[in-house]
Amino acid sequence: MTVIVALWCVAVLLGTAILATAVARRPYGRTFVYGVSLIASAAALIAAVTHLLTGGTLAPSVTLPVGLPWLGSHFRVDALTAFFQAVVNLGGGAASFYGLGYGRHEAAPQRVLPFFPAFLAGMNLVLLADDAFTFLLSWEFMSLASWALVMAHHGERDNARAGYVYLVMASFGTLVLVLAFGLMAGPDGGYGFGSIRAAAHAPGVAALVLVLMLGGAGSKAGLVPLHVWLPLAHPAAPSHVSALMSGVMTKVAIYGFVRVVFDLMGPSDWWWGVPVMAAGTVTAVLGILSATMERDIKRLLAFSTIENVGIIFVGLGLALAFQGNAMNLAAALALTAALLHVLNHTLFKSLLFFGAGAVQTATGERDLECLGGLIHRMPQTSFAFLVGCVAIAALPPLNGFVSEWLIFQAILQSPQFPQWGLKIMAPAVGALLAMSAALAAACFVRLFGIAFLGRPRSAAAAAAQEVDLPSRSIMIALAGLCLLAGVLPGLAIDSLAGVTQSMVGAKLSEQATIAWLSVVPIGESRSTYNGLLVFLFIAASTAVSALVIYRLGPRTIRRAPAWDCGFPDPSPATQYTAGSFAQPLRRVFGGLAFGASERVDMPAPGDTRAARLTVTMHDRFWEWLYTPLTQVVSLVSGTLNHLQFLTIRRYLTLVFIALVALLLVLALWP
Amino acid sequence: MTIDLLIQGGQMAVVLLLAPLLTGFVRKIKARLLRRRGPSVIQPYRDLLRLLRKEAVLADNASWLFRAAPYLIFATTWVAAALVPTFATGLLFSWTADLIAIIALLGSARFFLALAGMDVGTSFGGIGASRETMIASLAEPAMIMIVFTLALVAGSTQLSTVSAHMTLPAVGLRVSLGLAAIALVMVAIAENARIPVDNPATHLELTMVHEAMVLEYSGRHLAMIEIAASLKLLLYVALIAAVFVPWGLAGPGEGLDRHALGLAAFVAKLAVGGVLLALFETAIAKMRVFRVPEFMGAALMLGLLGTLLLFVSRSL
Repeated sequence: MTVIVALWCVAVLLGTAILATAVARRPYGRTFVYGVSLIASAAALIAAVTHLLTGGTLAPSVTLPVGLPWLGSHFRVDALTAFFQAVVNLGGGAASFYGLGYGRHEAAPQRVLPFFPAFLAGMNLVLLADDAFTFLLSWEFMSLASWALVMAHHGERDNARAGYVYLVMASFGTLVLVLAFGLMAGPDGGYGFGSIRAAAHAPGVAALVLVLMLGGAGSKAGLVPLHVWLPLAHPAAPSHVSALMSGVMTKVAIYGFVRVVFDLMGPSDWWWGVPVMAAGTVTAVLGILSATMERDIKRLLAFSTIENVGIIFVGLGLALAFQGNAMNLAAALALTAALLHVLNHTLFKSLLFFGAGAVQTATGERDLECLGGLIHRMPQTSFAFLVGCVAIAALPPLNGFVSEWLIFQAILQSPQFPQWGLKIMAPAVGALLAMSAALAAACFVRLFGIAFLGRPRSAAAAAAQEVDLPSRSIMIALAGLCLLAGVLPGLAIDSLAGVTQSMVGAKLSEQATIAWLSVVPIGESRSTYNGLLVFLFIAASTAVSALVIYRLGPRTIRRAPAWDCGFPDPSPATQYTAGSFAQPLRRVFGGLAFGASERVDMPAPGDTRAARLTVTMHDRFWEWLYTPLTQVVSLVSGTLNHLQFLTIRRYLTLVFIALVALLLVLALWP
Repeated sequence: MTIDLLIQGGQMAVVLLLAPLLTGFVRKIKARLLRRRGPSVIQPYRDLLRLLRKEAVLADNASWLFRAAPYLIFATTWVAAALVPTFATGLLFSWTADLIAIIALLGSARFFLALAGMDVGTSFGGIGASRETMIASLAEPAMIMIVFTLALVAGSTQLSTVSAHMTLPAVGLRVSLGLAAIALVMVAIAENARIPVDNPATHLELTMVHEAMVLEYSGRHLAMIEIAASLKLLLYVALIAAVFVPWGLAGPGEGLDRHALGLAAFVAKLAVGGVLLALFETAIAKMRVFRVPEFMGAALMLGLLGTLLLFVSRSL
């Protein structure tokens, strides 16, 4: 049933994409495309949530007579698919709603409108696919549709490069996935997920598939060192598409990883968790450090996406390690934590990207050093953005904290590992995760503090206007959802029971029946958290203290110039800047992570030349990995280039040599 | 149920009422150690009342966040302090948040304090906010390692369970717990902006972190922030006491006499903690801001060492 609804939604989205090419330039085109996308997403969302809540019947897959003639295309919805469908369509619906207002500012709507529903359809198809061929085709379709959206503003500086890098990385990812599925299908070519699941995989093959999936899904999700395209491509697209790419498409990649590694490959070895956890930890720390140094809002958010993907992969790695040791309950806890973070990250990252889009609409600026004081001119946007910042900084009582708390609870189960390596690794991972959470707080204090607080740093920021109603209302709605998911996490955890049951063979005890709606992952005496009560207590204490003080004390407020130790300066340049805020962190962590160095050029006494401070930072991944790689590629292609200009005689000789070589290989092959 | 509610309310009142006293006590001891008379121990109460009675002066471009932040900071800190066992364990709402959540609640308070520091757009607020978040990013991993060690020993992150477990004779003296205690003290010093990380008494701009953020506050807003700072100090002393010297704590369902005893024990623990803090602060000089990473790194290493030692000792 769910799968039929979902397929119809996909069909509607694809039809809209085709129609959009005709109506894109019409005045009603925007309303039509985003309106239909919103309705389709909402329908798919409702179907998916119903499936999750009712437990859903595990229907056999639906076969459509498209694709490979002897295979067809198989589609199926199980709990895992339904959960990710809910996440994708929640983000997709929100982005469509936002697009209703935001799309007005699009200079070339014909470059966005046809691809937007196609992108949504592609992501839904990846989730629905039940055979390798359909999966890969949908995956590639999703990549290409998003690539077209990245290239929507192709005239802007750097966007062409972003599109190129994205295309190369996406091709690499798909190539790796093709290899992975080829290995899983085996020589007989059983490409249906059912037959892959049923087949026994040799340990070597399984290990190779794990590595390939880390590369294939990891490159799409943004695992270090395959993350380099995210901060280029995500900001290049229009903001609601950035929200989709960062908040939703990375989740589709995570779906791919979970589907293959947990579901198709069957029970894992304990060591599988080690590379996954290690990659996740490195990704989390480097992602948030890069975000803290960044001054472009959308690039900052893209880097923060990398961090959150890292956190999710830590959860997945823990789940793999627990599963490999037959600790199914702990595995269910870790998997629940990771999947809950998937949902939470979609909520707040969409919200933050919408906010960044609103800032860009209002000021025309993405550079933090040109913003400031927006809280006065965009009060509603800044309130919603603030909620998003608190949520992503993993602070109670909002939703980001709940999932990170669950991950810490899973890490606290690690002493039961029989393997010494895992025992020692888990606390270190926990410490680094705590560091990345604290750095996220620093990063988002900096983002909100520089962009929305203080005094405007440019004329554009001083003249900003609040954005249109649909944009504001969807931001406020997402902020409300962040709070809801933070105070009532038990609902989301319960809906994940079916997923963990089918993936790791255990589920957390039902949370909805616990008194006061607490979250009790393992046992009451071990650890509990009650977001609802924390929220109520904070609200009550705030209200009581404010009331008491207003009752008893004087209510007078006097406005005066800032004190600033007696020397207030009206120039906004005297404020702290994004660069100066990041300086302590750059000094502490930058040397190791970015090879950062500061050079002060101080003129001699009497010299009237201005002193200069130069900061140099290196992107080690470009310098150590990608630049050498491109150099090798261009060297090889340069050397082989003269093969294009040979005489026919030489070509014939080459063909002859190749033929002889092939025959020799055939003759000598054992 | 009513009694439980009363005890929980009592705890909230106790932490709120004792917090300024602890601050005044530490100041007094520090002054006596420097052979000064020092202000009376109840001076913080007088200061708070004076601030509450004054009108609040707001900078011209201060936003609603600047006015809301003091109440939020106070409320989150108060809620966090109410969840740490002070004179009794197993309070009515003690299961609302475990140790990790309490630490995170303090993180929320810090988040809003740092934002408030940046609201007016002065360089002092910015410098304070940026340094505060830097110190926090180093303190949190150390704190998680301490939580990890405690959870390994007590099998729980629930503070009531941990302190009940720590009174068992089976726990005994452990090197790991000693290391965790030292690490927790170091984190507490950093979190409360005490010497050698920050100086609560200074207004010399280049050395200050916490004071720089609250520079623009006045009147009732400043009062809320000051009392939140006192509450945080009390919270950390209570936390260290509840985990490492949990004796005297009244258990759930015990009589009023036990609770009175617990209260007396708590006041005594606060006094000892205050004296030790004053001694330490007097004996040591403030360090440069960029030495703080080494200080916090040491705390992290101690926490890690505590965990590893536990692993080793268990398997032997």
